[in-house]
Amino acid sequence: MEGLRLENKKKKLIDDKGKRLDGRKWDELRPISLQVGLMKNADGSAYIEWGKNKIMAAVYGPKEVHPKHQVLPNRALLRCRYHMAPFSVDERKNPAPSRREIEISKVIREALVPAVIVEDYPRTAIEVWVEVLQSDGGSRVAGITAASLALADAGINMRDLVVGCSCGIIDDHVVADLDDTEDKEGSGDMPVAIMPNLGQVSLLQVDGIFTRDQFKKAFELAIEKGKQVYAMQREALTSKFFGGEPMSTEVEEVAE
Amino acid sequence: MKKNYVVETIRKAQMVQLLVEGKRMDERALDQHRPLKIETGIIQKANGSARVTLGNTQVIAGVKIATGTPFPDTPDKGLLVVNAEILPMSSPYAEPGPPSEEAIELARVVDRGIRESEMVDLTKLCLIPGKSVVTVFVDCNIMNVDGNLFDATSYAVVSALRTAKMKKYIVKDDKVEATDDIVPVPVERTPVSVTMARIGDRLIVDPNAEEEASMDMRVTITTDDDGNVCASQKGEASTISPAHVLEAVDTSIKVGKEIRKMILEAVK
Repeated sequence: MEGLRLENKKKKLIDDKGKRLDGRKWDELRPISLQVGLMKNADGSAYIEWGKNKIMAAVYGPKEVHPKHQVLPNRALLRCRYHMAPFSVDERKNPAPSRREIEISKVIREALVPAVIVEDYPRTAIEVWVEVLQSDGGSRVAGITAASLALADAGINMRDLVVGCSCGIIDDHVVADLDDTEDKEGSGDMPVAIMPNLGQVSLLQVDGIFTRDQFKKAFELAIEKGKQVYAMQREALTSKFFGGEPMSTEVEEVAE
Repeated sequence: MKKNYVVETIRKAQMVQLLVEGKRMDERALDQHRPLKIETGIIQKANGSARVTLGNTQVIAGVKIATGTPFPDTPDKGLLVVNAEILPMSSPYAEPGPPSEEAIELARVVDRGIRESEMVDLTKLCLIPGKSVVTVFVDCNIMNVDGNLFDATSYAVVSALRTAKMKKYIVKDDKVEATDDIVPVPVERTPVSVTMARIGDRLIVDPNAEEEASMDMRVTITTDDDGNVCASQKGEASTISPAHVLEAVDTSIKVGKEIRKMILEAVK
């Protein structure tokens, strides 16, 4: 049996009953937990555990821009760094930023900027630090989800939160939220970030082969699952600022 | 570099106005790419090479083949590395120095399309599993910038690989030897990247420099011979609507078919 597997080289990622290696259904997310405001020095922060991902996002700003020549006269400069700790992966990762991390920093920044009302903070810098302490599949979408919460926690004016989810193809099936093994062994991965209230997509990447129909299905599933994570984002914010009680209509009535 | 390129406000307004009517400044249709010229075999010392001219954008790609050790996680696969350098001569705004974020993204997005389409059959480039494999380096020199480096670079890489030839390697007594036989690089597929820009609420194919300077969002979609999507990347600090994503996929499949024909014709 072992030998046969080696010959085939590919593990089965979904069993006959439609269960994945970790027991999830095709459209099921890994367990997610979110906490807002754990870091004391940062102006805003959020910590996410998404499957085995453990990611801390912290925001500083709006603050003075250094070096000065980078100042934007009409809006804030959003800086973003996605970084993986050397101990976050199986083999120690060189702490210097890799080409992958530089690219991910760029796409995360471009996913967050549309949500931040940068025009409200001319001549300032807003810094977003995303540190991956442990990495599983889908760390960039988990990072975005935490980073947008950290921005909100810092009290930065925003049009919407940004929330990500990745979908992909394993054993020719479209599934939601690939973990590490599924990402490596699967045949396609599509990270998507959305602004749920505005109905816009702010990050879209694809690698791996998707037919036209699989593309549509995975893309729509990513949006649907993103909305599910968005509910958790809201809960994490309200539990920090309103002591775990969701905002109720009664409060508004009292205000009247 | 896009940030530095200046388009007069009045010209941009004109561009947006024309787009509402479905027209472009250079009289192209919204889904029409600029004239594409592909020349192969231009560098004799390279294993394969191509010069792609897309409008005024010009890219030269060269393939160099050697042997090396495989990555630990893919011991039975050859190595394929795509690199791109935006030369200081390519634009008044380009500077020498370590690769910019822009150049890194360019190389990685092009690499992704080639890799994920499984264009090169890397399993055929394994010599001694875990020890020795054929390494394929594709280096791209961006010679002149007039927008849409993604597609021009991708076409150059695909054309260079499609025409690349290498020495036949054999394994003798656990040692790799190069023979005098010349064989083609095991190329299976022809991925084609199509980049679109959104200006106003229109998606336009193959944006030139002034269109890129005016765009809000850019999306690149690479498709393979069967019309499957194999790589994609949204760029720029703006969003895309779900309807535009699906429109972009269909446009990429359609335009990609046309361009694939041109590439295959050029590498014959």
